[in-house]
Amino acid sequence: MSLLQVNEVTHSYGTRALFNWKGHSQKVLSNISFSLGEGTCLGMLGTSGAGKSTLGKVILGLERPQLGQVLFQGHDIYTADKQTRQNIRRDLQVVFQDSYSAVNPRMSARRIIAEPLENYEKLTITEMKRIVIELLERVGLSEGDLNKYPHQFSGGQLQRINIARAIALKPKLIVLDESVSSLDMVNQTLILELLRELKEDFGLSYFFITHDIKAAYTISDKLGVLEKGKLVELYDSKNQFFTSEHPVVKEMRDSILAEHPRFRSVRTRA
Amino acid sequence: MMTSISKILKSQKVILMCSIILGTLFIISIFAPWIVPNDPIAVNLAYKLQSPSWDFPLGTDHLGRCNLSRIIYGSRISLGFAMLIFISSLLIGLIIGTFSGYKGGWIDHILMRFCDGVMAFPSLILILGLVGIFGPGLPQVILALMLVQWVYYARMFRGMVLSLKEQNFIAAAKISGSSQWKIIKNHIVPNVLPPLVIMGTLEMGWAIMDISAMSFLGLGVQPPASEWGAMIHEGKSYIRTNPELMLYPGLMIMVVVVTFNLLGEALSERFGIKRRF
Repeated sequence: MSLLQVNEVTHSYGTRALFNWKGHSQKVLSNISFSLGEGTCLGMLGTSGAGKSTLGKVILGLERPQLGQVLFQGHDIYTADKQTRQNIRRDLQVVFQDSYSAVNPRMSARRIIAEPLENYEKLTITEMKRIVIELLERVGLSEGDLNKYPHQFSGGQLQRINIARAIALKPKLIVLDESVSSLDMVNQTLILELLRELKEDFGLSYFFITHDIKAAYTISDKLGVLEKGKLVELYDSKNQFFTSEHPVVKEMRDSILAEHPRFRSVRTRA
Repeated sequence: MMTSISKILKSQKVILMCSIILGTLFIISIFAPWIVPNDPIAVNLAYKLQSPSWDFPLGTDHLGRCNLSRIIYGSRISLGFAMLIFISSLLIGLIIGTFSGYKGGWIDHILMRFCDGVMAFPSLILILGLVGIFGPGLPQVILALMLVQWVYYARMFRGMVLSLKEQNFIAAAKISGSSQWKIIKNHIVPNVLPPLVIMGTLEMGWAIMDISAMSFLGLGVQPPASEWGAMIHEGKSYIRTNPELMLYPGLMIMVVVVTFNLLGEALSERFGIKRRF
């Protein structure tokens, strides 16, 4: 049984105006199916507006799809009873793109990281503090950062706090919604490295949503390509991405900047 | 010209000065029984309409009651009940606005159309109408003011909650397994309350004006209790011979309202808060 199973998910956003009662709807996801096993990372590539983030929300249980189902460990996350859903939430976490908007500006790092623990574990204050410090150290921060507020951190540090919050409950799957896209190159590499380490240590699975081909290639085991709400390609091995002849994939590949302008016409770089 | 005014408004001095004035007034009104030189409601016709003296620092009114004592006691009603109206309408507005904004859907539609309906009337007319229904008296005026004021707070809270609930940290809290109640308590209320408390300072001035206006019309505080608006009402018969009877309470209302407004403006300028409904 795979960890995550997405079956024929279709979703559209509708708008209704004052004089247009029927409204019009825009299809953002159509007939998407894939599965994700334990301990693997599926990179989902796509241009802006391809439906990547909506797919992320659907998987996280934040946006109920109009058609199709999302099975997590065999349970449909939208029809499961409250208790099952609460248990699924525990194993399903997220790291967002914008690290600043993903944390409450009026909470200290300690409270941010402790939030999921408070909801699921019955811990004393000292135990909680010890675990939060361990988590901070695990993501490369220190005990001194415990009582700092979000505005006192840099974007990279704050993203580490988001990661600490996501791994606090030792989940099985983390949805990384453009998690490194708003960081500079150095921090991107460091965060990707951290994510890879965590994946090995905890046996995590990632659903890595990105438009950054290099980042996706670095961390993913499998790759998918989303275009206008359709899953156009799904590769079991990420290297297939560089040999695919699909026009969308070719276009994406061509957009990768070569290290030197002289190599700009080089298309396959596997 | 405009920039210099806003610069002055933003300055810490204005905030400090207003706080000192209001703080002093609050302390005086709390300790009124120990400060007043005379009993504010003791009638003594032998001393009526006297000029200022050692016994009566601001003179006496037409029933021989000490003006200063009455003004000090009046601040208790004006400040105290303005505060009560402010806090209670803020709380009602907070509960309904947050609920409406967070839940959305038809509940939101019904509640907000109700608010729109209330806001469509000039608030003073509506308060007058409500007091007309409830009958004159201070508790009725307070109730009428509360019933009208919360609508504005609810509208503001709802707007802020709407923009806040789209933020990622709310989604992250949901995914962390936090219940709706916990999200509202830990994530929404702490983020919407501080700007509204600052904006509420501006509303305090209006509340004081409204209480005084109602008392002036004879609908609010009933004699012999002293309240600034009621004092103006009683003094207006003596405007030709003893204009100070109206002047003292009038000045007090002006000082307090202006101070509250300045403080509110200064605070919202300083913290970059825009008023919106």
